[in-house]
Amino acid sequence: MITLEHVSKTYKVSKRNAGFSSACKALFRREYEYIHALSDVSFTIQDGEMVGYIGPNGAGKSSTIKILSGILIPDSGTCLINGIVPWKNRISHTRGIGVVFGQRTQLWWDVPVIDSYELLKEIYQINTHTYRRNLERLTDMLDLSGLLKTPARQLSLGQRMRCEIAASLLHNPRILFLDEPTIGLDAVSKLAVREFILQLNKEQNTTVILTTHDMQDIEALTNRVILIGKGQILLDGRLEDILLHGSSAEESLAEFYRSHGI
Amino acid sequence: MKLYWKYFLIQLKSKMEYKASFVLTCIGQFFVSFQVFLGVYFMFRRFYAIEGFTYQEVLLCFGITLMEFSLAEIFARGFDLFPVLIRKGEFDRIMVRPRNEILQVLGSRMEFTRAGRILQAVFMFAYGVYVSDISWTFPKILTVIFMLAGGMAVFSGLFLLYAALCFFTLDGLEIFNIFTDGAKEFGKYPVSIYGKRVLQLCTFVIPYALIQYYPLTFLLDRGKYWYSLLPLAACLFLLPCFALWKCGVRHYTSCGS
Repeated sequence: MITLEHVSKTYKVSKRNAGFSSACKALFRREYEYIHALSDVSFTIQDGEMVGYIGPNGAGKSSTIKILSGILIPDSGTCLINGIVPWKNRISHTRGIGVVFGQRTQLWWDVPVIDSYELLKEIYQINTHTYRRNLERLTDMLDLSGLLKTPARQLSLGQRMRCEIAASLLHNPRILFLDEPTIGLDAVSKLAVREFILQLNKEQNTTVILTTHDMQDIEALTNRVILIGKGQILLDGRLEDILLHGSSAEESLAEFYRSHGI
Repeated sequence: MKLYWKYFLIQLKSKMEYKASFVLTCIGQFFVSFQVFLGVYFMFRRFYAIEGFTYQEVLLCFGITLMEFSLAEIFARGFDLFPVLIRKGEFDRIMVRPRNEILQVLGSRMEFTRAGRILQAVFMFAYGVYVSDISWTFPKILTVIFMLAGGMAVFSGLFLLYAALCFFTLDGLEIFNIFTDGAKEFGKYPVSIYGKRVLQLCTFVIPYALIQYYPLTFLLDRGKYWYSLLPLAACLFLLPCFALWKCGVRHYTSCGS
């Protein structure tokens, strides 16, 4: 179970005007601006839930994911994930989570995918039996058998994403964070990824938290959406709550953003 | 340690994917090392004694310092590329894995070109020991081992310090190389020749002297007996470096994605 209570996070950002002279000035005297990435965010997610976490760019999605995964420490508020405070007990926390950053790879670029997996086995200290079983299951579900011996740099984006997802699930995490898993994928790969996530959730009861800008992902996968804007939660409920008659999910969402002035 | 070995293997495999480049690098490294040694040799041919240290003694000092530095490089030079990890956001990935951050940073980048430099260090070290006319007793051999261990700790500490500062500056500090590569250069000579102030600085702030000058005087029968234990005290230097690193990890704010 994930509980987040009154979490706030502020970044200090330095500002300066364009141009060389102001760059020089900034060397000596800097002006800072405080950006409230998150202000008073609270929610609870039960085991086995699939939640879409959406919001416009810069709304605080990534910051939330980073707090949940133990990378960032919030300024105030509490967060408990399966009874652990992520940033206080990073190592035991990270054993139970899997993270996919859609825009960054965790595979070693130059070696066959299977070599990366072997190293992950070592990093997560997965015992050989569990590793084999998981690898077999994931190879089967994601259709990886032809890809494992190819170096990551030679895979297409869709193939690589499937390998990425498998890589973050080798250690059987209870919670999976997916940060834009379908970004840039073609229709076939998108469908394959979605289908896999559904199956994973059904069979393993894995909690899935998905951030995306693709409303079809949300429609296909999640019942519950948490919508964040300017660091505050604007909606925690079902997607249907914001759907307008006669327009698509995309248009309804854009209308919703506009009506909240974000 | 096993994980570090695995990291080593995967890096080696990566490098071997590019066969031609790998072979050329190996050959190139060999020549570079050799040329550096020649440089040192010719320089020492022109100078014989400095501040009461003979040519042989200086050579021994250089051999040991270079060896200390190279041993530290094997393990800790990975921190050199740490600013890149931070700027590309790759440190996020490290943070979501259930292993020590330092180990992962070191494992994430390795430079095999170092192999050549290590060869060079071993060569210089052996040569330095060979030409020195020290009658080797057990305490003296032990002192050399202490020096290597302490020196490795100090240089590793410096590399760690460099990386820890990146959390705050988000970029590498070129000036920091004064303390690492620079120390290797000026460590060719016993630090006492640079004057009393420098000696004090190198004793109490960054303990170069503890791993070099003091134990060296003991080796040459000029220092006090307990000087041989000073390199072990130098290991304490790692503590503040480690503390700053921990502080840096807490301070880490990632970057947008």
